Amino acid sequence: MQPIGMSLLREVSPRLWSIRSSEQVALAKRAAQITAELQQGVKKPYKDVIDVSWGDAHRGGLKPLTFVRQVIASCLYPSLLNSESLPIDVQQKAQNLLGCCEGGSVGAYTSTCGIPKIVRSVSEFISRRDGGVESLPENIFITSGSQRSLMMVLKLFVQTERSARTGVLVPVPSYPYFNMALSMLGGVMVPYYLDEEHGWDVKVDELRRALHAARGHCNPMALYITNPGNPTGHVQNRKSIEDVIQFAAEENLFLLADEVYQDSVHDPESDFISYKKVLFEMGPPYSNSVELASFNSISKGYFGECGVRGGYVEFVNLDPTVMECAYTLFSTDTCASVLGQITLDILAHPPQPGDPSYPIFSEEIRAMKDTMISNVHRVQEVIGSLPGMSCQPIKGAIFAFPQLHLPPSAVQQAEKAGVNPDVWYSSCLLDEAGLCVGPGCEHGQREGTHHIRLCIATTQENLEEVLTRLSAFHLSFKSRFF
Amino acid sequence: MTENGILHPERVLTLDTMNPNVKRVEYAVRGPIVQRAAQIEKELKEGVKKPFTEVIRANIGDCHAMGQRPITFLRQVLALCTYPELLEDNKFPEDAKSRARRILQACGGGSIGSYSMSQGIELIRQDVARYIERRDGIPSNPDNIFLSAGASDGISTMLKILVSGEGSTRTGVMISIPQYPLYSAALADLGAVQINYYLDEANNWGMDVSELRRALAEAKKHCAPRALCVINPGNPTGQVQSRKCIEEVIRFAAEENLFLMADEVYQDNVYAEGCKFHSFKKVLFEMGPKYSEKVELASFHSTSKCYMGECGFRGGYMELINLDPSVKAQLIKMVSVRLCPPVAGQALLDIVMNPPQPEEPSYPTYKKERTAVLDDLAEKAKMTEEIFNKVPGISCNPVQGAMYAFPRIELPQKAIEAAKEKGQVPDMFYCMRLLEEKGICLVPGSGFGQREGTFHFRMTILPPTEKLKVVLEKVKEFHLDFTAQYS
Repeated sequence: MQPIGMSLLREVSPRLWSIRSSEQVALAKRAAQITAELQQGVKKPYKDVIDVSWGDAHRGGLKPLTFVRQVIASCLYPSLLNSESLPIDVQQKAQNLLGCCEGGSVGAYTSTCGIPKIVRSVSEFISRRDGGVESLPENIFITSGSQRSLMMVLKLFVQTERSARTGVLVPVPSYPYFNMALSMLGGVMVPYYLDEEHGWDVKVDELRRALHAARGHCNPMALYITNPGNPTGHVQNRKSIEDVIQFAAEENLFLLADEVYQDSVHDPESDFISYKKVLFEMGPPYSNSVELASFNSISKGYFGECGVRGGYVEFVNLDPTVMECAYTLFSTDTCASVLGQITLDILAHPPQPGDPSYPIFSEEIRAMKDTMISNVHRVQEVIGSLPGMSCQPIKGAIFAFPQLHLPPSAVQQAEKAGVNPDVWYSSCLLDEAGLCVGPGCEHGQREGTHHIRLCIATTQENLEEVLTRLSAFHLSFKSRFF
Repeated sequence: MTENGILHPERVLTLDTMNPNVKRVEYAVRGPIVQRAAQIEKELKEGVKKPFTEVIRANIGDCHAMGQRPITFLRQVLALCTYPELLEDNKFPEDAKSRARRILQACGGGSIGSYSMSQGIELIRQDVARYIERRDGIPSNPDNIFLSAGASDGISTMLKILVSGEGSTRTGVMISIPQYPLYSAALADLGAVQINYYLDEANNWGMDVSELRRALAEAKKHCAPRALCVINPGNPTGQVQSRKCIEEVIRFAAEENLFLMADEVYQDNVYAEGCKFHSFKKVLFEMGPKYSEKVELASFHSTSKCYMGECGFRGGYMELINLDPSVKAQLIKMVSVRLCPPVAGQALLDIVMNPPQPEEPSYPTYKKERTAVLDDLAEKAKMTEEIFNKVPGISCNPVQGAMYAFPRIELPQKAIEAAKEKGQVPDMFYCMRLLEEKGICLVPGSGFGQREGTFHFRMTILPPTEKLKVVLEKVKEFHLDFTAQYS
């Protein structure tokens, strides 16, 4: 009897081998290991490990919004609705939401696309956000996190049966889990380089170059872009978005606009404008022909509810028969997590002035905004003062993505160890300073450049400690190579 | 753009250019009949007159939707995890609070809003392992446990990793007919070959190894069979496999080098006298090292069924036995792409794995609620079988477990022809008529698979007892009328 393991090993789809193991996850695991060692009393040059490698505000010590958690708790355990300890608007919201759940329970399945009332709320939110541009509930699918909707949308496209595999233009640097999802489905990444010297701008010439280079070896069908950018912190202005839309229109590409950081714009000179709004305002023929999928989530912004898993995709100009197939495909998940849907409803319809919860709610958001602005300022100040490190202005999102100007001898040493230089830097940083960051290679970067990614959605105190450790380590590291 | 400055007339994404596998995906549980039911509900709300005042949704295994109450303790701990300020509230029992604190300590930043590792929170995987050990008396390694967003997530993931090859070496996966259509949908999506093995209706929907052999031999001619999926207790059939049968299936899988997928989400839903849930893992290990060291097995469980019925949380896990370490490494990469399962679902699973013990304050209520749910289901299972079997033209196997009845219906030839004229398969035609005339939403057997020339429907046993009696009565009336109309 032949061991099954051996035969499976040979035959596991080659596509799966091609997904790169996440270096960031490996580092985070090592960080957890070191934490365990510290708890067991092992002596290190630091008393704890700080992990800023995840795009996770709660992990960074920022608190959930009180109103959100009160509503979810009341929906989970409706006996709370009889107590006077919860504000009346919490109770009303919870009662309304429970009224939309089958059997009055958040434990019941919902409609495939989401609880209809919540889908409507989301469409109204989108329309308000976009200055009145119409948003139709039937074009919206709520999923357990935007990652799930990204994967489902990719599934609609990506095929390997045709002689030319489906290609998707992806930015460099990018959100790595999109790239992984694309690889896993058998799609081809077509990289277009963002312009680091100019704040990580998108350049249409570069899009064109990438696309034409790709046409030889795959069938490019879509263009993926994050705005505000992960990890770059870039925020596109209207002209930039128009340029991308025009390019997609000319070259017949489906646009995938990942806008999960839309609530995180720190630069007073920048504004978030949605791809949908710009598309609409460009008028026909663009507005009625360019195919667009826009993604948003409860994981980022002020909510930071990554673990709750709530997000949505809105389609624009999607072929109706494809929409039917999309519905069937999404229905195999049955539905999105109900707690995620509830949280999304609060995102779409938060407390308003006059509501009992509004003062605390708005105060918590204001405090978070101030923290982020202060963090951005502080990070740029500290990194700006470090020799051998530089960072483009962080206009939005929740990361710093500084470039490491590593001396050639450091690069050589990393290569000798068989490790990518920024992975090596990050590993040393973790082991010596107890600080866990994400290596730049995870996101893609120009050949010969090196970066690290830190999440700056954290308390100001924590950020100070992060920057202290980073500075001390970086200076010590530099001094070893001169 | 064309020379006139007009954009390309053709869309990028059309039926022709999209992934052809997605076109083949069907999912009857949410299919056309359910969509029609939703439409009818809308019409009723708008005041349209119908022969009924409400649509009774007996199509989906959703307990809470049909009025089953959540288990108090589970919801208390979840509320405490969500809004930790409640830990100061003396209305919550101490055993709920201690569990909440323990779970929160294992979450990043002490919040269920933080991402967890993609394999699931380690503490919870350890608790799952201990639960499995208590259940089976066999050691369980937390590293072989993967938490998932419902069992469906785990099942799709494992199928993905199993499917490879092209043409005659394309992976074939054996699935029961009838089956829960997630399997057929996932196989269509993956472009894998579906290998049907028929459950034996004459024998309480039991599995028969000779039928497995037949199906496999046939399949080997055109694909590379690699896995065998079993649902126990069964969906839609409700059969609870005997220990002997499970041993035979394991032996067969061992001989034929097949990866075993054991979908055990209904493991607490066992009602019939003489029936008992035996986990595939337990039986495998009790068969000794010749099998337990070789046979590869993935067992799936979920928080959506049993006595919890918490479908909306998307909580679940899979336990992997004898998976090749390199394949496991690929699996770890794959699950990381979906980030992490909902943390509230993970927390819920943890409480199910660590329920109140006899010495704890919440135990009496917990035990009472749990027993009430399972006893209620058992009673309804029996009632459903009895009532259906009294209707001429309907015959229903005992509902030994799970949450569904899957009776066989005799359809007159004229009805079959009428269906054909309408372009519908006969049992869809029947169910659509039942929906339009009585407002009862069931799923036609064709959505699950059945032997050629036979017709069935799947009905849940979840409506409250009094309502269920009404449903059964209406189905009986409809069946007699329908049969009379087409004779």
